[in-house]
Amino acid sequence: MKLLRNIVDSIRPHFGKGGKFAKFHRSFEAFDTFLFVQGNVTRRGSHIRDAIDMKRTMFFVIIALVPTLLFGMWNVGYQHYMAIGADVSFIDQIVYGLIKVLPIVVVSYASGLAVEFLFAELRDHEVNEGFLVSGMLIPLVLPVTTPLWMVAVATIFAVIIGKEVFGGTGMNILNPALLARAFLFFAYPAYMSGEVWISGTAEQLDGISGATSLAVLASNEGHMLPSLFDMFIGTIPGSIGETSTLAIILGASILVATGVGSLRIMLSVVAGGLFMGGVFNLFAVNDFMAVPAYYHLVMGGFAFGAVYMATDPVTASQTGIGKYIYGVMIGVITVLIRVVNPAYPEGMMLAILFMNVFAPLIDHYVVQSNIKRRLRRPVKAQVTI
Amino acid sequence: MSKVIKIRKGLNIPLSGEAEKILQLAPRASSYAVSPADFHGLTPKMLVQEGDKVKAGTPLFFDKYNKDIIFTSPVSGTFSLLVRGDKRRILELRVDPDETDDYVNFGIKEPESMTREDITSHLMKAGLWPMIRQRPYSVIAKAGMTPKSIFISCFNTAPLSPDLDFVIKGQEASFQKGIDVLSRLTDGAVNLGVDAIHTTSEAFLKPRNAKVNRFSGPHPAGNVGIQIHHVDPLNKGELIWYLDVQDVIIIGRLFEKGIYDAAKIVALTGSEVLNPRYYRVISGALIESFAQKNIRLQQDVNIRTISGDPLTGKKIGSNGYLGFYDGQITLLPEGDQPELIGWLTPNLDKFSYSRTFLSFLMPGKKFRHNTNIRSGERPFVITGLYEKVLPMDVLPMQLLKAIMINDIDLMEQLGIYEVAPEDFALCEYVCPSKTEMQTIIRDGLDVMIKEFS
Repeated sequence: MKLLRNIVDSIRPHFGKGGKFAKFHRSFEAFDTFLFVQGNVTRRGSHIRDAIDMKRTMFFVIIALVPTLLFGMWNVGYQHYMAIGADVSFIDQIVYGLIKVLPIVVVSYASGLAVEFLFAELRDHEVNEGFLVSGMLIPLVLPVTTPLWMVAVATIFAVIIGKEVFGGTGMNILNPALLARAFLFFAYPAYMSGEVWISGTAEQLDGISGATSLAVLASNEGHMLPSLFDMFIGTIPGSIGETSTLAIILGASILVATGVGSLRIMLSVVAGGLFMGGVFNLFAVNDFMAVPAYYHLVMGGFAFGAVYMATDPVTASQTGIGKYIYGVMIGVITVLIRVVNPAYPEGMMLAILFMNVFAPLIDHYVVQSNIKRRLRRPVKAQVTI
Repeated sequence: MSKVIKIRKGLNIPLSGEAEKILQLAPRASSYAVSPADFHGLTPKMLVQEGDKVKAGTPLFFDKYNKDIIFTSPVSGTFSLLVRGDKRRILELRVDPDETDDYVNFGIKEPESMTREDITSHLMKAGLWPMIRQRPYSVIAKAGMTPKSIFISCFNTAPLSPDLDFVIKGQEASFQKGIDVLSRLTDGAVNLGVDAIHTTSEAFLKPRNAKVNRFSGPHPAGNVGIQIHHVDPLNKGELIWYLDVQDVIIIGRLFEKGIYDAAKIVALTGSEVLNPRYYRVISGALIESFAQKNIRLQQDVNIRTISGDPLTGKKIGSNGYLGFYDGQITLLPEGDQPELIGWLTPNLDKFSYSRTFLSFLMPGKKFRHNTNIRSGERPFVITGLYEKVLPMDVLPMQLLKAIMINDIDLMEQLGIYEVAPEDFALCEYVCPSKTEMQTIIRDGLDVMIKEFS
């Protein structure tokens, strides 16, 4: 450790004022703080501080994403070999998935971090940790067949337009990862829906639809739906990380156990989804409306969105009561879009983005109610201070 | 018995080095000091010159903007040194003590037979008025006002803070006398806050001329601001005074004995103390005089000396002095050593409110907490966390943001009058973005003071 510390300290002067690489001192600082928790001590206020920091918080979200990433990789291989009718080993499936998924992750991180570092240097602030999570979320919400250049373009768009123009991490209104997906969804619709869910060449996949459960229902072919068990485990086509509700529950339990993710939002989204699904069940006239409400939880990106996307503390509602309203509304709108809107069989992404925009309004009313409560208290003795 | 006010939100930070219930008489210190910096917003004007002889109770300086508020020497001796900082700001007045104390005689008084004005001027003359502080703003009480009530918290919940049941032993009569005095200063009640489970002293549980409110729960239940919020919340335009238990005792002594007897019981605490315990000292004592032989000195470990508790205390050097309002000295290891990928390691020896460190598997463990800040400052990201450690109907993040954008109306609406920096100490502690919340709250209060002055 001493040795490494000495090396870092010895190159520090080059990045200092007047040094050869003074322009890159924020980047140097980022790497330095990545390697070491600095020996900086408290100067004002509380003399002791909780050992947690943003890096560790973000790191635990990434840990919570690992189950979905691993399952997603395997599922990419599994779907591919099943589509082409080959019977191969588990290892082969994993390797295939790794080859397909890893480049997407690398491109997402590389392009996003490049923008983050650039802005940190331009604005002369510390490199913020926010993108560590977004960089992992973006690959997980994309179809595995997304071209790499599209991943890069979407990521850069999301970081600049979604985050940096508002002032960077903590200031953004929309969830950056979802914004990246929405960008691709509207800019390159052909790559985001239809026959994009299973990886393989055109000849290999000839005649195989690989439709998601939602697409199946949208075309009123409920009998083609995979079994509930398959949808729960996740052996179905879909975006890389969204298919396995099981893996997502595992990740959710990590988030809740460590206190990093908001259980309140997760449960509210589920409640909202179940409620809206239940309402449609009552008036069912087609397969999508008739599908049991709890099916919505395991289909498409519902679980993934509820656990990893809706809970983003920056873009979610920031007040306690607001979180309930925000969560329920996401659940309701998701199912509403899925069932009623014929153009988009998946509603999670749009529901969350929509509620991101409304979160400040919800908070406004919660804050107003706090203010009113304060004003309603009886005033006893007024003095002029 | 009145009903118990249950405080559910909050956090007890488990630190090692709690004071054992042993009282030791500290030797007379080689130097005593009064620091104008202990009183927020004060501009001192000197009344003595270097070399002057002073008695315990001799005025040293006064508040430039409230000429009646004077500050007196805690001991008799020679005013030896005026320490100045940047822009000639007065930092400290040092007094070299005589061997025994010679007191200014203010006369024995019976509060029952005195008017409000008499009591006020008596307290001011003896230099004890600054012990009375006010909410809003958390500053020395402005004279000539009548508060709607007075609050005294009779239990501490801050990390390593002294046990007031132990501190008051043998001083019950003076405490009661102090309450008798204070009860004359308000038309409302003198409210004592006690711990529903742990408080044992009869002086706290069965006082005359005061109302007892029982609380239970973790820190900050012992903070007077939390108690006010739950018993008699402060609205715009209202005024509440508050004092520390030991200051009430000193006020009691003034009326009993006619002198400013500044003896205090101070807990020497923290992981870097060999035998944490209580000392009887005189206010403003040089810390060294009693702490020196009780410090765990280790190579490569720098020590931070704090007058007060680890969350709200003042950093003083190893040759610093006990602060005016403080009844606790805390010694902690400085966290000035870098730690290899410390944000990633399991870290059994670091405490965190979150459960992202393996140490959460060891409930009951006491931690040797250092002063490392762990990260650079970040914008607010995490929500819902601060509310968990602030047992008030106040939206912490929204209030902080209102202060940051200097929106006076919004600050007022969100409850700036009810809060003090110390109430946000736990929020500051748990904040993963390392926001300097106590400083922000103080700035906000200062803006309000300016606005209404």
